[in-house]
Amino acid sequence: MGPFEGDFRNNKDGRSIPGLYIHVPFCIKKCDYCGFFSVTDLTLLPDFLSALRVEANRYRERWKEFDTVYIGGGTPSVLTSADFGCLLDHVRTVFKITADAEITVEANPGDIDALFLAEIRNRGVNRINIGCQSFDDATLALLGRRHTAGQAAEAVYLAREAGFDNIGIDLIYGLPVRPGESASDPPEPVPGSSEMEHAFEIWLATLDKAIAFRPEHLSCYQLTAESGTSMAERIAGGSLILPGEELQARYFFATAGALENAGYLHYEVSNFARGELFRSRHNSKYWDHTPYLGLGPAAHSFDGKRRWWNSRSVDTYVRELAEGTLPVAAEESLTADQLRLEALFLGFRTSRGIHLESYQKRHRVDLLSEKRKVIQSLTDEGLVEIRDGFLRPTKAGMAVADSLALI
Amino acid sequence: MDNIRNFSIIAHIDHGKSTLADRLIQYTGVVSDRNFQDQILDNMDIERERGITIKSQAISLPYKAKDGRTYALNLIDTPGHVDFTYEVSRSLASCEGVLLLIDAAQGVQAQTLANLYLAMEHDLTIIPVINKIDLPSADVERVIEQIDSELGLDADTHLKCSAKEGTGVPEILEAIVARIPPPKGDPEAPLAALIFDAKYDSFRGTVIHCRVFNGTVKAGDIIRLMYNNATHRVEEVGHFLLSREKRDSLSAGEVGYIIAGVKTVSDVRTGDTITLEGRPCAKPLPGFKEVKPVVFASIYPIASDDYEDLAVSLEKYKLNDASFIYEKDSSAALGQGFRCGFLGLLHLDIVQERLEREYDLSIILSVPSVRYRFTLKDGTLLYVDNPTHYPDTMSIAKAEEPYIRATMMLPERYLGTVMKLCMEKRGINSVLNYPNPGRAELIYEMPLAEVIFDFYDRFKSVTQGYGSFDYDLIDYRESSLVLFDILVNGEKVDALSQIVHRDRARTRALQACERLKEEIPRQMFKIAIQGAIGGEIIARTTISAFRKDVIAKCYGGDISRKRKLLEKQKKGKKRMKMIGNVSIPQSAFLAVLKSDTE
Repeated sequence: MGPFEGDFRNNKDGRSIPGLYIHVPFCIKKCDYCGFFSVTDLTLLPDFLSALRVEANRYRERWKEFDTVYIGGGTPSVLTSADFGCLLDHVRTVFKITADAEITVEANPGDIDALFLAEIRNRGVNRINIGCQSFDDATLALLGRRHTAGQAAEAVYLAREAGFDNIGIDLIYGLPVRPGESASDPPEPVPGSSEMEHAFEIWLATLDKAIAFRPEHLSCYQLTAESGTSMAERIAGGSLILPGEELQARYFFATAGALENAGYLHYEVSNFARGELFRSRHNSKYWDHTPYLGLGPAAHSFDGKRRWWNSRSVDTYVRELAEGTLPVAAEESLTADQLRLEALFLGFRTSRGIHLESYQKRHRVDLLSEKRKVIQSLTDEGLVEIRDGFLRPTKAGMAVADSLALI
Repeated sequence: MDNIRNFSIIAHIDHGKSTLADRLIQYTGVVSDRNFQDQILDNMDIERERGITIKSQAISLPYKAKDGRTYALNLIDTPGHVDFTYEVSRSLASCEGVLLLIDAAQGVQAQTLANLYLAMEHDLTIIPVINKIDLPSADVERVIEQIDSELGLDADTHLKCSAKEGTGVPEILEAIVARIPPPKGDPEAPLAALIFDAKYDSFRGTVIHCRVFNGTVKAGDIIRLMYNNATHRVEEVGHFLLSREKRDSLSAGEVGYIIAGVKTVSDVRTGDTITLEGRPCAKPLPGFKEVKPVVFASIYPIASDDYEDLAVSLEKYKLNDASFIYEKDSSAALGQGFRCGFLGLLHLDIVQERLEREYDLSIILSVPSVRYRFTLKDGTLLYVDNPTHYPDTMSIAKAEEPYIRATMMLPERYLGTVMKLCMEKRGINSVLNYPNPGRAELIYEMPLAEVIFDFYDRFKSVTQGYGSFDYDLIDYRESSLVLFDILVNGEKVDALSQIVHRDRARTRALQACERLKEEIPRQMFKIAIQGAIGGEIIARTTISAFRKDVIAKCYGGDISRKRKLLEKQKKGKKRMKMIGNVSIPQSAFLAVLKSDTE
């Protein structure tokens, strides 16, 4: 893995300092929908923490400086505040973490109390992202979450009390329903459609509750049935039905509408910030091709040209680091075409879109002249617009960002 | 010559022709059981999958009969579809007898009868063989009854077998020897050999399959193909075992091959007569017909980079298919391609499938057309088989379309529905005969264009497979023709333009629009599909845009995974044709050209 090179800027503001991601692959219980790597055997935790330090050391020569740190999972809040302290101290010893760095921890409601929050804040964590997912108990049960709606609300409250002034809340919408639970008369045209409507109403209520907390950041993810999860199996088996495309679109536009009315910026397909300042600086790096280093099992890294990822096994991760090798499972060198495609699909996910001049500089393609006809008709259709040197998706365009990327 | 028997097996589809051929080959020991590959005669994948023989094959089986003598039993296989009726007739002309195979469970079917009539036309000895007697549903008594009543054959002459299990095979071999007459002919007379097939061999050039009626041919002879008067020097003659087996000469009565430095199969004509340049026969053998393509369509590569590959593949394909013709063509919507001529829609299907399968090409076919004739106001006569070349409407004095005489054999009970079908297809001047009780022969004159589309499939369906159908081109007749175009978001897709009878235009245009609507995936924007005659819109459908496709979560490592997904989609999109902004999958083009079967 050579030093990264080149100009990583895809947007105007010119930030190009890499971000650091740390994956904590432990959960008390796996959620029914989650496809991220984690294990529930916590006995490996001490070994993992030592291995993490070794891994960080291995990258100190090549990765000098970070201006974001994101500790995600899994469930990072299974760590104690002391664990966080040691981890962040070590990271600071090995790398330069800029003074204004955004340091985020993902937390699970129910795991956190006032003391824990105060302590991690003292250790330098300045942003907390709380996995509330919903403020409805039935929905949380369907997702297989181990917290209640009450705990979700309490967690946000506690974080605010602890002094966090950059709080993010994660929510999930577009949940599947069990068909035919409520008898309908006359019979509904689509099985489960009244349940679907009910779920939609519940989502709007959850959204209202979330807005009431005035979090600085909101991530509203549409549920994806990740293969291999128990939810995906139930959907495949027909005991759960996912909303159709029309309803998905309604969720998407209703969510965007409600949050924009409440003053949030819809700056990425699933992400909303209460002002520019509160955009997730770390996640933005993924979307604009800024390099990032991922530590921990299954973590992915990107140096501007190459992407590699660690093995999806805590055992292997620990063992290989002990043996003196990096626990990299695979890597890929991105071709110019692949980088171009990524720049398009990531760019079209964001409201600012693709900075045409930077794109041309970096990818040697003049999008406007190469795709003139398509862009013109997409403009006519109200899916994209060109403003301030950016090719931006409109709201309707953002909803079909995957297809926009294939122009 | 007394020790030769030339025969064919004829049957309705799936009645077990290939399996019986395999058993005969196995029994006579041409191939060891261990090396046996089922259905040797159908040696193309497509033939095996579709269960039909496209090109005929031949094999010589050495057989030691009970009388102690060894016979050469020449089995000549025949293709089994209406598009290839002429090839069938040439194969049968090379035989003295046939095994008429009937499925013991299904009994007499349409093709049983159609094939029987063909064999009778050639005065062949017919041996009825009841196959699949091992089936639980076999009803041998009923079939014997049908042989008598429906086929008008002597039911006592039948044999029974199970080709699958091999029972009854020795009796069949004995019957071939005993009942089918040996060929007649004079080995000393001037050479007259009938070409019934030709195959391309990449090392030797064209291998001519022929039946010698008179005379003898050997390596070194100068032969003349009587239709085009071309002369060639014979390099090798021989007969067919599983592969070619070289011999010193081929004489009257024998079936075999001639290799004579003929470059492509298109240089020989099935049905032509081979004679010796130095000592020609007085006149060619009867029955020669030049087979001409009647259906025309253009082929385009989906990816324009594949044009050269397509050109090379067509050239290679053509080596083995004399009835296929092609020339360069280009389309405003689809780019460079080729205009091709086919014997019928099945032939077109086969060519398309082989190009895709054997040459790994993704191609798009334009809507097939017949060859129309226009008389322009300035008196020019213009043949148009490509809608792109439709003349300026104002300049047309007279438009004509080709007519055929369709001959159908069917059980009387289907007469009503078939007549209705024929009338719907603009059939006229019907003639009805009853060659035997309960069985009708129905003759109609119909526009060829009506027949190539879906007539055959619908005819088979309304007669529940009991009808047989054959046709001859008769003449051109005046007709009210129009050209309609298909527009996708306002852009004309010229490959979907069709020349049709005015009364058909609206229905056909709407049908095309609806087919496209079913096959074109929804895209980011609304797609309008229109059918138009000139500037007049006669049909339209719309495909609504999808509103959401973006996947919610995308961070960290998900990027590679997500990109791979998009790369896959992008590759899929490459297999589609871009017309304006709309990606049209290959299946949409196919759907339009397919029949309008309900």
